[in-house]
Amino acid sequence: MTDQTVLQIQNLNKNFGALKATDDVTLDLKKGEIHALIGPNGAGKSTLIKQICGQLSSDSGKVIFNGKDLAGMDVADRAKAGLGRTFQVSSLVMEFSALRNVMLAVQSKLGTSYRFFKNVRGDNNLTEPAMAALKRVNLEERAHIMTAELSHGERRQLEIAMALALDPKAFLLDEPMAGMGPEGSKKLIGFLDELRHEAPILLIEHDMDAVFSLADRISVLVYGRVIATGSVEDIRNNPAVREAYLGSAA
Amino acid sequence: MPNLSRETFLNIIISLGLLVFPFIATAMDEPFYITLATRVAILSLAAVGLNLALGTGGLVSFGHAAFFGIGGYAMGILASHAQTYTPIFTWPFVIEGTNQMLIIWLVAIVMSGIAALFIGLLSLRTSGVYFIMITLAFAQMIYYFMISWPTYGGEDGLSIYVRNQFPGVNTLDPSSFFYICLALMFAGLGLSAMIKNSRFGAALQAARQNEERLAATGIRPFNIKLTAFVISGMITGLAGALMADLNRFVSPTMLSWHMSGEIMVLVILGGVGRLYGPVVGALIFIIFEFIFGGMTEFWQFYLGLVLLGVVLFARGGAIGLLAGKARHD
Ligand SMILES: Nc1ncnc2c1ncn2[C@@H]1O[C@H](COP(=O)(O)OP(=O)(O)O)[C@@H](O)[C@H]1O
Ligand SMILES: [Mg+2]
Repeated sequence: MTDQTVLQIQNLNKNFGALKATDDVTLDLKKGEIHALIGPNGAGKSTLIKQICGQLSSDSGKVIFNGKDLAGMDVADRAKAGLGRTFQVSSLVMEFSALRNVMLAVQSKLGTSYRFFKNVRGDNNLTEPAMAALKRVNLEERAHIMTAELSHGERRQLEIAMALALDPKAFLLDEPMAGMGPEGSKKLIGFLDELRHEAPILLIEHDMDAVFSLADRISVLVYGRVIATGSVEDIRNNPAVREAYLGSAA
Repeated sequence: MPNLSRETFLNIIISLGLLVFPFIATAMDEPFYITLATRVAILSLAAVGLNLALGTGGLVSFGHAAFFGIGGYAMGILASHAQTYTPIFTWPFVIEGTNQMLIIWLVAIVMSGIAALFIGLLSLRTSGVYFIMITLAFAQMIYYFMISWPTYGGEDGLSIYVRNQFPGVNTLDPSSFFYICLALMFAGLGLSAMIKNSRFGAALQAARQNEERLAATGIRPFNIKLTAFVISGMITGLAGALMADLNRFVSPTMLSWHMSGEIMVLVILGGVGRLYGPVVGALIFIIFEFIFGGMTEFWQFYLGLVLLGVVLFARGGAIGLLAGKARHD
């Protein structure tokens, strides 16, 4: 492992009963890169993200983040350590406005969730960074709209804004473009293209155009196993991948 | 009413009504009404405590009688030792009783806080029905313990002959004691409003709505909920000390599951998560008890019908009915 490696996943396993959802997965994420994780539905992509984040425990294997083994750390610990994730199905505080969702991330980043007296409304230490994060995903005009009233695409943007506000050291994005229109997807692709220089991105995405245009490296997951890792060209031309996954699409 | 929501207006009216109530009762020559109003203030405070856990944090505790009763016994035990001039214990150091309300309140808050910490640590790993059952079980444990412990009266409870003292106030005067209780009720309301609007409150509301999101944001839901549960227990504990002082009596009844249910009924009647929900709930409860309690033994049955109506038709409780849906932002 070089010092360029931010996230290292070693021989990770997870079984659901007889189902091997994660089968001896080893992969890494290097500084400045977008590493795309592709594979058919049910391949175990989301499960892998959940294991990295601590939402699911692993049967065996290691997750090493910035040189530190994350074993024994829970979801909140890992988020504090710098793992910024988005959910495949948006998971937000629905009775909060978009702004207040991001403010929650800002107060977490500041480590100030045990302040009992000052009103958060109009607290510039929270609202300014939160607005800045919303602005980056083009959601600032919707800042005061209740999350329950946002469209699916807007909720995806909000998830990214919350991750941004945590100022993470790596992003784990689970299908961030799902539910976004073509216009939104295009903007997001441009945004992620820049974002990789702030922190590397492990990107799960079904949109192959997005993956091929963004990824520095691609890993292909099938039945919980990584069957290939390589550059866009490698993956396009890999016969095993074509057979198992790209099939008619390639 | 620009800038003033209907709910705020309602809250102000209720507050003013309570503030002038002793004058009305005196003018009507009905001093007993002041005792009723004092019960409203104390029960409100108890329910304000629960409302923080239940309304803001979504923690459906069916064991808040534990804190109410512990507050009551904090008063009873301290005052009974002061009354008999015997120390509570002498080893490893001497602790004497006291009849000073300020000290009694402090002890009630600390003891109920410790109990809430202990119960919360063991129960907050669960949720839903399990949480309800475990909080109930802990409260019942304390209830049976106090029944079987003869030192402080067991099942018969403890009587205190003279109301405890507060510097510069004649606590024997019903109006004065009412205003003490009312001031604490307002303090409890102010505290819970402040907490709800604070960073901690934001995290607590997020814990109620989406724990997964809160954790993914780097804030551990368990710690947030435990902290809220402890503060909640402390407020209800303080109310227990006041109730014991009002009645000059404490018994295991204060710890029974009926009491837990009663506190929860107040919150639901008034409106879960609404700032003045506990006050409106306590008002309805006491008025019902006063009007129908004299006519029929089954007044609680009729209250139950009202409760059923509220649960079925007015999701925001009485406040929801009067002031509309809660405002979010
Ligand atoms: N909590 C769970 N319990 C049992 N099986 C699960 C659970 N979560 C996911 N699975 C199964 O694990 C496999 C991988 O799921 P998932 O990681 O969601 O796939 P992907 O994100 O690649 O579409 C699927 O077969 C799914 O049904
Ligand atoms: Mg998935």
